[in-house]
Amino acid sequence: MSKKTKYIDPADRKTIPERIKDQLAAYRVPGYYEKFDYHWTMVIDLDRCNGCGSCTTACYAENNLPVVGKSEVGIGRHMGWLRLERYVEGEYPDVKVRFLPVMCQHCDSAPCELGCPVYATYHNQDGLNVQVYNRCVGTYTCATYCPYDVRRFNWYTYKWDTPLEQQLSPEVTIREMGIMEKCSFCIQRIRGAKDTAKDDGRRRVKDGEVSPACGQSCPTGAISFGDLNDPKSRVSILAKSKRRYNLLGDLNTRPSVIYLRRVQEPLHASAGHETGMAAAHNTIAEHGSTADTAHAIKDTHGKKTQDGGH
Amino acid sequence: MSETKIAYSDINKDLIGFMTKTGWRYYAVVALFAAASLVCFWIPWGIQVMVGQGVTGLNVPNLWGLYLVNFIFWVGVAHAGTLISAMLYITKTPWRRSIARGAETMTLFGLIIVTLFIFIHMGRPWNLYWTMPYPSTRMIWTNFQSPIMFDVFAIGTYFTSSVIFLFFGMIPDFAVLKHNTTGWRKELYTLLSFNWKGTDTQWFIHGRATMLFASFIMPLVVSVHSIVSWDFALSVVPGYSKTVFAPYFVTGALLSGFAGVTIMLTILRWGYPPFKKYITEYHYDSMGKVILLLCFVWTYLTAMEILTGLYANISVENESLRYKILSWPHGYLFFFMLFTNSVLPLIYIFKRIRTKPAVVMIACIFIMIGMWLERFLIVPNALSRKFLPWMWHEYFPTLVEILISVGAVTFFITLFMISIKIFPVLSFFEVKEDQGVPMKKEGH
Repeated sequence: MSKKTKYIDPADRKTIPERIKDQLAAYRVPGYYEKFDYHWTMVIDLDRCNGCGSCTTACYAENNLPVVGKSEVGIGRHMGWLRLERYVEGEYPDVKVRFLPVMCQHCDSAPCELGCPVYATYHNQDGLNVQVYNRCVGTYTCATYCPYDVRRFNWYTYKWDTPLEQQLSPEVTIREMGIMEKCSFCIQRIRGAKDTAKDDGRRRVKDGEVSPACGQSCPTGAISFGDLNDPKSRVSILAKSKRRYNLLGDLNTRPSVIYLRRVQEPLHASAGHETGMAAAHNTIAEHGSTADTAHAIKDTHGKKTQDGGH
Repeated sequence: MSETKIAYSDINKDLIGFMTKTGWRYYAVVALFAAASLVCFWIPWGIQVMVGQGVTGLNVPNLWGLYLVNFIFWVGVAHAGTLISAMLYITKTPWRRSIARGAETMTLFGLIIVTLFIFIHMGRPWNLYWTMPYPSTRMIWTNFQSPIMFDVFAIGTYFTSSVIFLFFGMIPDFAVLKHNTTGWRKELYTLLSFNWKGTDTQWFIHGRATMLFASFIMPLVVSVHSIVSWDFALSVVPGYSKTVFAPYFVTGALLSGFAGVTIMLTILRWGYPPFKKYITEYHYDSMGKVILLLCFVWTYLTAMEILTGLYANISVENESLRYKILSWPHGYLFFFMLFTNSVLPLIYIFKRIRTKPAVVMIACIFIMIGMWLERFLIVPNALSRKFLPWMWHEYFPTLVEILISVGAVTFFITLFMISIKIFPVLSFFEVKEDQGVPMKKEGH
């Protein structure tokens, strides 16, 4: 066995403790990817969202999400990685609906990553929270720990009827039963854009060059996607908005999805009191306490005035 | 430490008679439980593995349901064995001697059910070995930050040390059995007794080693269920993220463990009357005192769990508590649990009652139900009320989950009933220690 090894000058050679220390310094420290190239971030402008649901549909088409049928959807086992939460305020006909698209928030300090015993979910160097389907053993821990409930479980091995299996995207794995899946920020598109950039001789992906399927299909342009490390990118500019908030920000999960609050007159405005969902949105923005939201919604169904749990 | 001295030969006769003389009724009961466990446990689980976890009532966000409730419950049942065999051994508590072996056997089979529930609970159980940290060509390592990994080690350690401790304690008994049985039993016990002669040196080493094992596994009494509780306490879910969980779960586990041991002993006494000589009112009295103490501690910690939640006074925590205590049907379950675990055990204050096996057994069955409900009120219930109200969800177990939960009990009883006919359920030499100095030269 005459395997040649690279010669390293003994003076430059690091001891094993030093090497371990270096690796630990570069690894699993929140925000470590800032030293790397990208910090992929999504900004969702709720002022522009009209709740059409094309983002959800696009996600189904792009990521090979199984369509599970009426009975399964009826008990809440749909496989949508992106869901549109609808909060209804007021009573018919004086009614307003607020939409909140929720997908995996790609938290920088993600509770799910702590829970997985086998590293099926971990943080990659682009600041993405990625899920390795083949590694998953199905302990449900990640989804239990997730405060946003965005992870989806494959209850059965779902099949596509012929010829529908021919429309599946070849770039995304088909998942078998017993594993967890979730929004990946369309990682296959990010990989493709990086490859294109490399082929063109560029080091970085240009702003606007890559967009997940939901962002691409949004007719009102509510969803922007880009690199937060680039100060000139669209998301960096939008992230400076005064309307920004993180969903459940008080949990300190440091999400990569930034919401811009909807600007609207409250439905039943009264002096000194904010009402219903407007107050609830404030609550989410300022305190992240969403059970308040629920009470606000419930109460506004019955009563006309409500101070939103402040 | 009964009043009447029993001859060593009588002890041998009683205990060996229990193992070798088996009536047709015993076989019938074992067959019945085995059939029940096949129908209720193995077939539903087989269906679940073939079809998928979709046959359960689990759902996003209620992803931890009845299976994890049973997992914690059975860890709890397995808990008294270590306490009785290790902690009480070190403190030289006299009443542990004739009940320790039964409790240890319960620990072993409880842990087998626990392991099965880990498999049942998983989406892809055939990949459980991926949680084992060993260097392989796949170059994949495990996440030591994960509380689930803590579980793997905690339960692995507990299982291994329980088996060793149980087997080690049985060696002198196997030697007795070797001389008093024939046929396949003789061959088996000859093999297992490791040529035990009963010399002074051997007894000295045995005593030393038991003390060493006991002090080694004593921390497990506290650590195993603390680690199980960290599965929940280390998350951010409002009903889970509580620092009181470790002592709360340990106390609950010991309570259900002691209740389980009491039920088991009562059934043994009822099924084989000579055991009444060895498991006496004195043992019921002592066990009752322990159960009473554990109930007080449990009640205190339950109050603390709720009070700390109320004291936080954040909306998610308040909603979680409201859902647990005041909503239908969980409120009824909660107050029923308080009745069984805090109010009903107060009858143990009276010595006349706590030495009545029949009454004690009924109370202990209620405690077991209450402890199961405690876990049920924590595990799926907290997940029903997480943060985003859009995802609030109600959990109802399906027939498969209920069957497997019931089937686990029948499977446990099957294993236990087969085991106690092959391995002694009362320790020969410890029962003899109870009787004092030897009166005859035969025996051990």
